[in-house]
Amino acid sequence: MLVADRMIAGALMVLSAYFMWHAVELPIGWNGRTGGPGGGSFPFWLSAVMLVCSGLALLRSFAADAKASFFFDMSMLRSVLAIIASLVVTIALIPIVGAYIALPLFLFWYLRIYGGHGWVLTLSITLLTPVVIFFFFEVTLRILLPKGVTEPLFFPLYAMFF
Amino acid sequence: MEMFSLLADGFATSLSPLNIMIVLIGVTVGLFIGAMPGLGSVNGVAIVLPLTFIVPPSSAIILLAAIYYGAMYGGAISSILLGIPGASTAVATTFDGRPMAQQGKAGLALIAAAVASFVGGTISVVLFTLFAAPLADLALAFGPAEEFALVLMAFTTFVGLGGDDKLKTVIMICLGLVLSTVGLDLISGQPRLIFGDMPGFYSGVSFLVLAIGVYGIGEVLYTIETSKTAPTVTAAKITWKELGYGIREMNKLWRSMSIGSFLGFFVGMLPAAGATPASLMAYGIARQTSKRPDSFGKGNIEGVAAPETANNAASTGSLLPMLTLGIPGSPTTALLLGGMVMWGLVPGPMLFIEQPDFVWGLISSLYTANFAAVLINIALIPLFVWALRMPFTVLCSIVIVLCIVGGFAPSQKMHDVWMIAGFGVAGYLLRKADYPLAPLVLALVLGPLMEKSFRQTLIAEQGNVLAFIERPLSGTFIAIALLFFALPLIKMLRKNGRRAVAPAE
Repeated sequence: MLVADRMIAGALMVLSAYFMWHAVELPIGWNGRTGGPGGGSFPFWLSAVMLVCSGLALLRSFAADAKASFFFDMSMLRSVLAIIASLVVTIALIPIVGAYIALPLFLFWYLRIYGGHGWVLTLSITLLTPVVIFFFFEVTLRILLPKGVTEPLFFPLYAMFF
Repeated sequence: MEMFSLLADGFATSLSPLNIMIVLIGVTVGLFIGAMPGLGSVNGVAIVLPLTFIVPPSSAIILLAAIYYGAMYGGAISSILLGIPGASTAVATTFDGRPMAQQGKAGLALIAAAVASFVGGTISVVLFTLFAAPLADLALAFGPAEEFALVLMAFTTFVGLGGDDKLKTVIMICLGLVLSTVGLDLISGQPRLIFGDMPGFYSGVSFLVLAIGVYGIGEVLYTIETSKTAPTVTAAKITWKELGYGIREMNKLWRSMSIGSFLGFFVGMLPAAGATPASLMAYGIARQTSKRPDSFGKGNIEGVAAPETANNAASTGSLLPMLTLGIPGSPTTALLLGGMVMWGLVPGPMLFIEQPDFVWGLISSLYTANFAAVLINIALIPLFVWALRMPFTVLCSIVIVLCIVGGFAPSQKMHDVWMIAGFGVAGYLLRKADYPLAPLVLALVLGPLMEKSFRQTLIAEQGNVLAFIERPLSGTFIAIALLFFALPLIKMLRKNGRRAVAPAE
């Protein structure tokens, strides 16, 4: 799949150009006569090397004897995309409905709907995980996870453990 | 001898009840992570690192080192029982481990792997103890110029010795270094690469975010795509009789086990090499020097012993430059280094002077971890057989949840969780396209040191670039670095030269 190879090399070129564009906000040359390189020079020149190398990688893929470095297993690509989509939805939901709704929803979707596991396994993991997370992070480590609209529901628990 | 008293003091630390418990937990977690196909030591350390805030920093590092160790033992379990390596470091173990299992000798193969891991681990820890203090003493003389040259040398080993595409390796090193410059400039204090003033980037890109993304989410995506059908698990039961027989058999394998131990230790020290190539090399040498090379690949117990000693020895070897010089010898030790910096324990020679309790506690914990790992490994084999039957989706769901929560916990910013998802997808695509990820992670961890030492040297030397080659040590390192960098070019020229000569013959 040379197309995908080229797309990745192209994306890396765009990324390095973007880095270079932002790096010039600080001096990229020599800082005075004796001060050494300026703050922007490290990111700028390394991005420049990256730009050149990914450009070469792109050129190489057009050579006559270029071989594709990889293939997607098309039948599994759907699964990969489903996981990525569910991950994005879960992370987006966390600040709104809170980690204690979003994560069990993800687990339920993943185990029951996507994975097709039995109810016992699904429910035990879905219900146990938030409890373990609560005691590990909130009670022991005092790290509060985002709760969004469910915050008021936790007030009695806070009163109990803090 | 001073070293023995230091080591004895270290045992006083590592044999405290808390640390014994930590080692037992770490080794067990490591064994499970190593045994699960798709997860290796680096994934385990990345996912567990945010959870280690629960114990004091020195115990946290002991825990992570124990996981690293356990994973090296565990990798062999699925290599033998499933025929697919539990971690890339156990690839060579499948060559003879799987045929042994198919011949009904799974139990013997598992014992051989565990005992070989123990031998490799123990020999290499002794080597580690002998080399650590002298190397740290040597490193005391290092100034910023030497530090820069050493980091440069570490990166060039990837180009000269790494097996990956050279161009893609250079791209990944540069990307990692550029990502490490995000945030505040160390010298002028000004913000840079904050991408249009996004507040989340002011504190930079944390190594943990990249590691959880690439080795957590990215690994899950990669494994989902590549594991289509569930493999069959070979049943294995171990009796006392078999255990005794296995240990007696192992007594005949000192040749291949010592090859594995010494080779593994020294190959493991190189940042570009590590446990996977070390175990493949040990397998190759054991076969070449064997009296019956044709029996390899058909279930020769030596073919299990050699790579298993080597991968454990290599994991210890890669800890040596990390602890004494501050240059990690593998991606896993790069994460350990990042974790130590986060906890204010900056690796390098000064650590041996300022925190001898911690350093020798960690070294002595490697002895206890080894001992615990071999016992737990053999005792829990029935449990591993059961766990390997667990569908991968169950493990995946837990890993993803741990990545999200673990990514949020250290900084408590949703920004980092989004970054993890982004790095996960990007890491998966890059890995598919044969871009090596180890140099990327190493570059992000070492980037700040590299830039700081480079600019400090130039400020101290008033802009004199020659300062790097005028100092004897740093000059030597730079020369070696240039040699590594030129190695692929020389190889290419020689190949072309031969091609040109061939028709004339």
